[in-house]
Amino acid sequence: MKKVGNHSSISRIYSFGLALMLTISLSSFAQEPAAPAATATPAAAPAAAAPAATAGGDAVKGKELFNANCAACHNLDRKMTGPALRGVAAKYDMPWLYKWINNSSALIKSGDAKAVKIYEEYNKSVMTAFPQLSTTDIDNIIAYTSEPKAEPVVSAAPPGTSTSVNEGISNNVILGALALVMLMLVVMLFLVNNVLTKIAKSNGIEASAKQPTMPIWKAFAKNQFLVLVSAIFLLLASGYFVYGFLMQVGVDQDYAPVQPIHYSHRIHAGSNGIDCKYCHSSARVSKHAGIPSLNVCMNCHKNIAEVSDTTATEEYSKAFYDKEIQKLYKAVGWDQSTQKYTGKTEPVKWVRIHNLPDFAYFNHSQHVTVAGIECQKCHGEVQTYEIQKQFAPLTMGWCIDCHRKTDVKMEGNAYYDKIHKELSKKYGVDKLTAAQMGGLECGKCHY
Amino acid sequence: MSSNKKYWKSVEELNENSSIVETLRNNEFVEQIPTDEFLSNESLSSSSTTRRDFLKYVGFTTAAASLAACEGPVHKSIPYVVQPDTIIPGVADFYATSMFDGFDFANLLVKTREGRPIKIENNTIEGAKFAANARVHASVLSLYDSMRLTSPKVDSKSATWNEVDAKVKASLADAKASGKQVVLLTNTLASPSTEKLISDFISKNPTAKHVVYDAVSESAALDAFESVYGERALVDYDFSKANIIVSIDADFLGDWQGGGFDKGYAQGRIPQAGKMSKHFQFEANMTLSGAAADKRVPMTIANQKLALVKIYNIITGASVSTGKIENEAEVVKAASQLKSAGSKGLLVSGIQDKNAQLLVIAINQVLKSEALLTAGARLIRKGSNEKVAQLISDMNAGLVHTLIMSGVNPVYTLANSKSFVSGLKKVKTSVAFSLKEDETAELTTIAAATPHYLESWNDLMLTKGTYSLVQPTIRPLFNTKQFQESLMSWNGVAGNYYDYIKANSASYISGSSWNKVLHDGVFVSGVSTLAGGTADYNGAASALSQSKPAQGFELVLYTKVGLGDGQQANNPWLQEFPDPITRVSWDNYVTVSQFDANKLKLENKIVANGGLNGSYATLTVNGVKLENVPVIVQPGQAKGTLGLALGYGKKAALKEEMQVGVNAYALYNNFNNVQSANITKGDGEHEFACVQSQKTLMGRGDIVRETTLEIFNTAKDSREWNPVPMVSLDHKEVEATKVDLWESFDRSTGHHFNLSIDLNACTGCGACVIACHAENNVPVVGKSEVRRSRDMHWLRIDRYYSSEDTFVGDNKKKEEFDGLFGDKGSLGGFGQMESPADNPQVAFQPVMCQHCNHAPCETVCPVAATSHGRQGQNQMAYNRCVGTRYCANNCPYKVRRFNWFLYNNNSEFDFHMNDDLGRMVVNPDVNVRSRGVMEKCSMCIQMTQKTILDAKREGREIKDGEFQTACSNACSSGAMIFGDVNDKESKVAELLEDKRMYHLLEHVGTKPNVIYHVKVRNT
Repeated sequence: MKKVGNHSSISRIYSFGLALMLTISLSSFAQEPAAPAATATPAAAPAAAAPAATAGGDAVKGKELFNANCAACHNLDRKMTGPALRGVAAKYDMPWLYKWINNSSALIKSGDAKAVKIYEEYNKSVMTAFPQLSTTDIDNIIAYTSEPKAEPVVSAAPPGTSTSVNEGISNNVILGALALVMLMLVVMLFLVNNVLTKIAKSNGIEASAKQPTMPIWKAFAKNQFLVLVSAIFLLLASGYFVYGFLMQVGVDQDYAPVQPIHYSHRIHAGSNGIDCKYCHSSARVSKHAGIPSLNVCMNCHKNIAEVSDTTATEEYSKAFYDKEIQKLYKAVGWDQSTQKYTGKTEPVKWVRIHNLPDFAYFNHSQHVTVAGIECQKCHGEVQTYEIQKQFAPLTMGWCIDCHRKTDVKMEGNAYYDKIHKELSKKYGVDKLTAAQMGGLECGKCHY
Repeated sequence: MSSNKKYWKSVEELNENSSIVETLRNNEFVEQIPTDEFLSNESLSSSSTTRRDFLKYVGFTTAAASLAACEGPVHKSIPYVVQPDTIIPGVADFYATSMFDGFDFANLLVKTREGRPIKIENNTIEGAKFAANARVHASVLSLYDSMRLTSPKVDSKSATWNEVDAKVKASLADAKASGKQVVLLTNTLASPSTEKLISDFISKNPTAKHVVYDAVSESAALDAFESVYGERALVDYDFSKANIIVSIDADFLGDWQGGGFDKGYAQGRIPQAGKMSKHFQFEANMTLSGAAADKRVPMTIANQKLALVKIYNIITGASVSTGKIENEAEVVKAASQLKSAGSKGLLVSGIQDKNAQLLVIAINQVLKSEALLTAGARLIRKGSNEKVAQLISDMNAGLVHTLIMSGVNPVYTLANSKSFVSGLKKVKTSVAFSLKEDETAELTTIAAATPHYLESWNDLMLTKGTYSLVQPTIRPLFNTKQFQESLMSWNGVAGNYYDYIKANSASYISGSSWNKVLHDGVFVSGVSTLAGGTADYNGAASALSQSKPAQGFELVLYTKVGLGDGQQANNPWLQEFPDPITRVSWDNYVTVSQFDANKLKLENKIVANGGLNGSYATLTVNGVKLENVPVIVQPGQAKGTLGLALGYGKKAALKEEMQVGVNAYALYNNFNNVQSANITKGDGEHEFACVQSQKTLMGRGDIVRETTLEIFNTAKDSREWNPVPMVSLDHKEVEATKVDLWESFDRSTGHHFNLSIDLNACTGCGACVIACHAENNVPVVGKSEVRRSRDMHWLRIDRYYSSEDTFVGDNKKKEEFDGLFGDKGSLGGFGQMESPADNPQVAFQPVMCQHCNHAPCETVCPVAATSHGRQGQNQMAYNRCVGTRYCANNCPYKVRRFNWFLYNNNSEFDFHMNDDLGRMVVNPDVNVRSRGVMEKCSMCIQMTQKTILDAKREGREIKDGEFQTACSNACSSGAMIFGDVNDKESKVAELLEDKRMYHLLEHVGTKPNVIYHVKVRNT
């Protein structure tokens, strides 16, 4: 199998550079149309909602309540654990809804036909009772659910892309014009030169004939000292580059392969602030950090079938992310329409990014639990990575360097009490580095 | 100078008129090369690809391919879809289980990683008394045997279990209708639930019967026990209760009556308060027990019988006439000491004769031996020789309609295998439940694939009063079904065997719960002691005294530590395991005494490449000839006796490399391990793979230090028997330990590991060797490489014979050398000392890397690949090693091993590391070494590091006993103790200060971290 190359290929760097240039040059224009659009959306919402609110509830308050109480199981437009709720007021009358929300199981027990039907439809899962919600609260929620679906605002749609394309063309024109001017200057210079020589000729002034001098390369070759110095310089320089080249063989820093599912740490660890060890739980106790099994993903993704609009970036659209979530569902065998596992699974074959050779033993729990090192120290600002990459070089020099510099966290660990006392006396220091604890010995990592 | 010489190109040129010469003058070939043949190919001439283009394509593709190959490989990481909550990748789980395969049995902990068992450890919970021997440690590899039967077969074609069940049920119905026999032929089961299923089966099928067959029979002892105590069992002797042990051909440290007595025995062997047990051994072959004995007397079996009667006379006061006995004085001495020891005495015997076994019980009863009276009963052998013989004659008479076998391989293990096979042909339906398609399964109608014990559920009652559970540690690898599950479906019992055991268990585990027993692996319901019983002992004694001696040579068949009864013959660890006594791997052989070898002109010699060669012999027993049996001249072998190990010479379901040795079962007539044999010299020489060519210590008493209990107790200064070697410094004699070339590091901080080996407790059983293999991914190199001394064992157990009668005698002889020539000349004297005595003392010494604080290997490594850790371990960085082998040359202990070849993924070494299944046993925490690097014992640094990390994570100090190595964990006799000497409370720190402590080759000044304890013999 071939290694998938880094995404930062030359063309990419090039296009990124161009894009950067463009954004800087155009930032003043791009900002302006976007800002009013963003503020306009929420402002428009209550205006549109007002006529739809049947029971006269406050949709803004309703949204808050909905997000706090209902969103775990309901979505406005999509079936989740419970049904989609947009326009629910049209299907059921308000008193029934009050009863249902306050205590659905009682309603089912009473034999209400509608209640039983829903109960049966959703795999006999009982909805949590919300006795704390008053009728006004419920009115507010219903008001929110009764809002019409916001039409995608065409004018506000990706402002960046459209403008940048337009501006890009004009930029090319400017560049072209500049090149043209340059060309013209060169031609003019040539012409001026010609004219001047002609004038000089006509005036009888002979341009002094060139004395046959020794070509510079010959002079250089004759000067043995210069040859020697430059030969040494060339040898040293090539040695430097050859060494540099050889030293990076097998070092896969910034290796960021294409994964079977586009998993964004930026969204999970960054935007949502999920703790690293929630998914990589075995890092606490095992040598492996562990790639989370799919059932861990489904703890959240059972209810999160699509990303929010704000998650999408210029590069990756919402549709793109939603498609990736569908890949997860396919792998874990989750049927979204029935909200059930089909039992047909296909394990995800992730491409391993951090590949330590067999002869090096590394234990995550030693570093994570015992030493309490932040994951970011070795893995970089993972919470900002759209595509996971290898941050550290993972060379032995890199390991050793850290072991030399890092003080071992010994406070409150009874294991270290005795050895700390003895070693700190021996070295005459209060803090001990991993190296002083014997962390540089070959056998500690190679066996 | 030009020459007018004419050079002839061929004789043809002689003929002036030859047209050929003329043609050749102008052309290269006589005939036109038939180029048209391929040039006439139309498609070629019409091709647009010219030769140059073709070369360009080749060039570009080669360049592209080599460029593409420069890229690193892509590794995939595939997580679980739903991770089982008990499995954390990278963290080992341990499951308590037990095993019994009809021969070996043990209470175990199975270490699993990511759901695959990788190592066997001893269950140390209270009540779990049977530790794993070498074979049990190796059994984890037999799980991943690539030659296993992967699905059931009907008439040698793969079938489904439904087909098998239908066929068997039809056959059972047919047998019922015709009134013919249905026979279940199994090994000893020792499983209450299985036995219940069988009795249900018999009640459902009135013509059915159950025959128990042990490949290596203990029928005599079982019969004797049955006639005294009224049930079929064996005595579970408690050797720790005995001060005087007299053994008559009972290799209780080997496989005698199942083995597993070493723990109790070793307890009494460590001198405490000036006392230790005394052990007399009368035996024919040299065994582990004989090697450990204080007084070993070689004796023929015929003489042993008389000796037993003599001892019986002395102990009980009976007067059965015995006639003349060889070495009678020793027998009388042993008997009188036994008598005076009274209840602290114990007599055991391995003579396969019911009368002899009756006398054993009688003697111990008269002695009121605590070792017998407090002992329970073992239920691990139940076979009956008569019933098996009856079955074979029934089969030949056509009386058996259906034969269902489980756990047995009679076609291989029966001496009268031919008549069994002819009988098998008359059986209508035969079923063999087997792990492999072995000799028997090849011939039966149905070969039913069974799971390995690590994939099975079962319950066991190894001894009366204990109840052990067998639980699976991995999902079945193949389409297999347990014998019990099949019995259930034939009996019409619903559910699976797990439910069945669970339901059954209630009556055995009162006071505990299923989950607790499953967690512990074993449940002790009560201590059972042997009730009184008696039989006609005097009659037995006189019958025994009149038993006829063998004609010609006495051939004594035995089982080796490595292969046992031969079930695991396809296990490369066991094949490569060197026999503790002969140090020969990959073979069985006939052992002959030096006296008989001289007479028969049989010899062993070391040839130029360092390998051991031996003569071939032909053995004839009862008309059966066994040809080309290699010969080992065995010091200590009783004159007139021969030894030959069972379990070899298997052919079916075995990789080619493992098909070694000769099948001694062919000589195992009437299940008697003693046969009258004739031996003649054969042609040619056999090439052995022997790992130790030197036999004696040459009087170098500082390697294995030995003393007698008398000197040990009476000497004022321990230096008298445990001297510190002296060296000359500034022309003055000083202690070698006080002289140092190097400055020592301060080792008082942190952990400092030491491994202590007590030569008194070490029985040479070899469990540590296999445990080390499993823990450290030690490769198997094969017979021819072992012969070239390229074995990879990190831990070896050296065996030494004394040249004089005792080791002390050797030392004395060497000290008294005076000059080169003459009676006391060293020139001839050293020559004599090379050959062992006829009945030598034997010493075992486990040697692994000594982890010297001043290691000679470290100073000579040009690339600093081997260095010292402050915890005392001599570390080996494989990735740094360039393979100069300077270190191995400079190592005084010869414990470094070089990887001459790539031993994994290499078809030249077709052992377990060459197939995906076999590699599942590899320990993921230890590197698999590649070609060209040196390796050696790491003192299991991966285990000490893990212990430290666990303590750090839990924020606690480490208790004594937590630090272990694979070998110290496996050592059930307590010979190997590992720990931190900086922890002054630890056992090993105490052992370091013991007066028996010494270092190997102390005068070299290497300051090892492995310590030995002087062997004390109670002579």
